[in-house]
Amino acid sequence: MTGDGEFFDEMRDPGGAVREAYAGYCDWFDDQETALLRRKHTEAESNFRKTGITFNVYSEEEAEERLIPFDMVPRVITAAEWRKLTRGIEQRVSALNAFMHDLYHRQEIIRAGRIPERLFRNNDAWLPHMVGFTPPGGIYTHIVGIDLVRTGSDEFYVLEDNARTPSGVSYMLENRETMMAMFPELFMRVPVESVSDYPRRLAKSLAACAPDCIRGKPTVAVLTPGIYNSAYFEHAFLADQMGAELVEGSDLRVIDGRVAMRTTSGYKPVDVIYRRVDDDFLDPMTFNEDSVLGVPGIMDVYRAGGVTIANAPGTGVADDKAIYSFMPEIVEFYTGEKPLLPNVETHRCADEESRKYVLDNLAELVVKEVHGSGGYGMLIGPTATKKQIAEFRKKIADEPENYIAQPTLALSTCPIFTKKGLAPRHVDLRPFVLVSPDKIDITPGGLTRVALDEGSLVVNSSQGGGTKDTWVLKD
Amino acid sequence: MLGRTANGLFWMFRYLERAENTARLLDAGLRMALTRDLVTAEEEWRSVMSTAGQRAGYEAKHGTYTGMQAWNYILRDKDNPSSVLAMFGQVRQNARLARNAISGELWEAINENWLEIQDQLAKPVGENRVLDTVATIRRAGTMAHGAMEGSMLRNEAYHFGQAGTFLERGDSIARILDIKYYLLLPSLSYVGSSLDTGQWDQVLRSVSGDRAYRWLNAGQIDARGICEFLILDDCFPRSLAFCHSALRANLAALARLHGSEGESNALMRAADTRIADLTIDDVFEQGLHEFLVDFTASNAAIGDAIAKDYRFLS
Repeated sequence: MTGDGEFFDEMRDPGGAVREAYAGYCDWFDDQETALLRRKHTEAESNFRKTGITFNVYSEEEAEERLIPFDMVPRVITAAEWRKLTRGIEQRVSALNAFMHDLYHRQEIIRAGRIPERLFRNNDAWLPHMVGFTPPGGIYTHIVGIDLVRTGSDEFYVLEDNARTPSGVSYMLENRETMMAMFPELFMRVPVESVSDYPRRLAKSLAACAPDCIRGKPTVAVLTPGIYNSAYFEHAFLADQMGAELVEGSDLRVIDGRVAMRTTSGYKPVDVIYRRVDDDFLDPMTFNEDSVLGVPGIMDVYRAGGVTIANAPGTGVADDKAIYSFMPEIVEFYTGEKPLLPNVETHRCADEESRKYVLDNLAELVVKEVHGSGGYGMLIGPTATKKQIAEFRKKIADEPENYIAQPTLALSTCPIFTKKGLAPRHVDLRPFVLVSPDKIDITPGGLTRVALDEGSLVVNSSQGGGTKDTWVLKD
Repeated sequence: MLGRTANGLFWMFRYLERAENTARLLDAGLRMALTRDLVTAEEEWRSVMSTAGQRAGYEAKHGTYTGMQAWNYILRDKDNPSSVLAMFGQVRQNARLARNAISGELWEAINENWLEIQDQLAKPVGENRVLDTVATIRRAGTMAHGAMEGSMLRNEAYHFGQAGTFLERGDSIARILDIKYYLLLPSLSYVGSSLDTGQWDQVLRSVSGDRAYRWLNAGQIDARGICEFLILDDCFPRSLAFCHSALRANLAALARLHGSEGESNALMRAADTRIADLTIDDVFEQGLHEFLVDFTASNAAIGDAIAKDYRFLS
């Protein structure tokens, strides 16, 4: 379990000494019996099954509920590291929100020539309906997940911004619950920042974004596509934890200029909708007319200021990887500061010079579709076959604006518990950020995803990734 | 609470009760089959299938009755939409739907048992496992009701769930009695003649009333007594009278919570006047079958009214 130098090992330095962040954990770990830990590992899994923390997978034959593998070695971040990350995330998220407002209003950033207009004109997530409209409180990105990767002791990069509907926060919470249930004594020995009040913070943050016309305590509801959605567990979990109703499109109806839900004693207005339904399905009268997941007329109510939709429709533009490549410019334009958290160097295949570089160096690069997500539609040069590389060469040549390329990052590793003891695996980190007019609130922790296969750099749960509890140490 | 969530809770408990009652029925059938010769045993399984309301489906698939075939059909057959596996799947599905209206303890009781039942019914169930499997299903009901009693607020969610339980339970008892009602006929005309006590024992077992009945009647088994017990004894939690008064209490609580009464309360009151002061002789005079048909219809109307009063669907 020593770092071999090629990748940054978060637990141990190249000499094999335990780093500061993991000192408390390793102390405890050394006192543990492997057999006992192994038993706990099985226990953790059955605990997840019991509580039903699963995601749904559908094949042609039947539905299946799967567990995302959980690894019981925590991913640890020191208080000082976290403070630094927090500042960078705050800066980035406030820039993202300002950028959204600008894109749907005066488009100063385009007038200033800092980003090209085609970037969003060609973007399916761009919604003309949002032009000239300001959502309640001026907030677009109520809930954001910023995906970070680490490559060195002081090197964190932003890999992706998830401003549409970041998921996974239920794992942040349940992973901690599971760890505390399995190893209470560990939490007595090592002081870790709590994450458990995230649902309360979320409820508060959403309530603070209620439309101006609301007097009294706003009614918040979580809008889910329903029990067949892969993330239904999370929707139900968050609604339950917030004490909010979990609604489906069929429960909602526009009545007297308000969105109202069908309760056992009649229709009751809803003030804030935390929706986990995509823009396209939100309003069959405005978008996809076949949608049965949405609420006919909700966009009219929204534009008249009668309801808050979180995140605001049209925020998906920010998840685009071509937009991502301009984030340093975006951050600087709206905050007047240099970005505190760097982007991963990104080559836009739309630019001729970059394209040439990308095509010449395909075997070393990671190529991504600009609208892709979930680790799909991606080429990892160093591990790709000649055939795959040839395929991407053609794809890029055909539709260059559809691709960006990045160097293969030396993602840091954190050990996982394997049959043979601890072994390093690559990890990333998704902290969850709540935005309201009052503040940007970042829960100390997040979702650490880990590539369970040795050497793999793909952390997505759909492709063999697992999760870990993420600790931010107290000072 | 959302109307859809109320609907989920109501049906979650209806299916739970139905699954549990089917397990009881199987349990009684298994015991009966053990004590009979092969020919009578075949007759028994046909009777179990009728009582479970699955005879047509079973006979469309199988030409003969054997125990193994019968209990596998009832427990897990993919072609049987009312198999215990399918019913418990509905319980869990509705629990997921109403997840944020039920306590974590109740959810886990349902989910854990669902995993266990799924596991036990993954493969055909042989003679050596069938009693265990039936016990697991019955335990699932007990655990869910226990978790509900011990951990849920006495709010709408609780009362919708309870209403589902008692409506379904009343239905199921009425169906069992109605299917066996021909057994009563001899007892009416030949007082004191030797009854097929095995049959009656099975009826009592299938509603877990054998022990209670023995205690109340000092081992004397006669059809009239059993009918009185299952229809009118309001101390027995699986009698029509008990289900009726429990349902009435739940509906009254719902009306209280909502500040107004609906059609369901009115129907309940009408049903009350019919059943109050009723004696078993009155029932026989009206005709047991007719009485049960009335009861079931009134139950169904109350169910529909609940769905309408509390906006389950629209």
